[in-house]
Amino acid sequence: MWQRFAAELPEFFGYYNLIFLAKAALTTIALSAIGALTGSVVGFAAAVVRMTRAPLLAPLRWLTVLLIEIFRRIPFLVTLMLVFFVFQLSGFDLSMFTVALVAVFLIASSYLAEIIRAGFDSVHRNQWDAAAAMNFSLPATIRYVVLPQAWRVILPPAFGFFILFIKNTALASQIGVIELTYAGKVLNNKGFSAALVFGTLLIIYFLISYPLALSGARLEKRLAASRTR
Amino acid sequence: MPHLELADVSATYGAHRVLDGVSLALERGEIMGLIGPSGSGKSTILRVLVGLLKPTAGEVRIDGKAIDYGRAVDVASARDRCAIVFQQYNLFQNMTALDNVTIAPIKIKKRPRGDAVAEASALLAKVGLGNKLASYPDELSGGQQQRVAIARALALKPEILLLDEVTAALDPELVSEVLDSIRVLAHEGMTMLVVSHEMGFIREVASRVAFIADGRIIEMGTPAQIFDAPREQRTAEFVSKILRH
Repeated sequence: MWQRFAAELPEFFGYYNLIFLAKAALTTIALSAIGALTGSVVGFAAAVVRMTRAPLLAPLRWLTVLLIEIFRRIPFLVTLMLVFFVFQLSGFDLSMFTVALVAVFLIASSYLAEIIRAGFDSVHRNQWDAAAAMNFSLPATIRYVVLPQAWRVILPPAFGFFILFIKNTALASQIGVIELTYAGKVLNNKGFSAALVFGTLLIIYFLISYPLALSGARLEKRLAASRTR
Repeated sequence: MPHLELADVSATYGAHRVLDGVSLALERGEIMGLIGPSGSGKSTILRVLVGLLKPTAGEVRIDGKAIDYGRAVDVASARDRCAIVFQQYNLFQNMTALDNVTIAPIKIKKRPRGDAVAEASALLAKVGLGNKLASYPDELSGGQQQRVAIARALALKPEILLLDEVTAALDPELVSEVLDSIRVLAHEGMTMLVVSHEMGFIREVASRVAFIADGRIIEMGTPAQIFDAPREQRTAEFVSKILRH
């Protein structure tokens, strides 16, 4: 086996294969990063909408809750296919990368909305009451009082989700997006041994996700040591 | 015209009626004590006054103007004029004592930071915490936290101060330091509605006392009348129990 490995290595790590893997890794990173960033922003907005009490915003609240509950409950692959077929039926000519991006955005938004809401809920009711009694608006309450206290509850599951999310983007290969897993399948089909191909993917996935896990842990530590104001 | 007036105010928590036609009026600079058993609705009156609970019936008036609880601007105006000190202090846990006192003046009332900090420092010194400006709530004793809460309420420059059992969560030896701070305010002529089980304190600072039970005002009168010669049986029973205790 080792001899076969050694024989494959020079060709496997040839220029074109390396470019192919690098492009696939960039696609994985782009899918994960854009999904996580847009998901964080929209998830935060959704969590805030859920905290509102105004009767006028009730339809928006219900719609937000409905979407969050739907997309948290269906598998990523089903969401991906759903988005794929919805775009296909509606006649939009979008790239597979865009379709995958919409799917990861929906999943990330719904999960992060729940993680952020749980963080908001972890802040004692009396903090909200005190802020309201002092005429803080909802955005001011969240900005100055709630978020600084909720970070510690939000960050660990959020970073856990981001790492899971990087791995889940592999499913985009099912609709033909050339990300890391897809690239692995292509190289395996070219005749390279599965152990070499997927062993390499393992290392690349680890290199992508480990710094994220480290920065998450560092951020949590920093927030625990200092009180965020 | 009364400074603060509740006219036949009712309120509910879900299906449970907690206030049932409460009427009372305070003149400017008057201090009224609210006494009554736990769950009688005393704290709810204060929560209604700062818009944390909307009344289901009746009217709240400040200087004769009724608050429309459906209008955010009216509620904001009521909160501008009334400041509440909560039983559990409710200090912002992520802020120092100084930040707790300055956050609303700076961020909400848009006062210059320098003025707000100078004023907050003076207020904290006034309640005996001039050396605790940089302390976080969890580094302060209950009595100290409550005094920060009082300073925070005063920094809002309220016309009416609402005190919700401010000594209830404190160890006995810490009660006097908080009461001393309130005595100072009482002498300065601030309108105050004080919910308390400290009968001696109520007798000392309040000009009138209302006894509340089951969400209704059972009896109202001067401290001497309520504590020494109550007309209602329930008031007499409550007062005797509390004084015996």
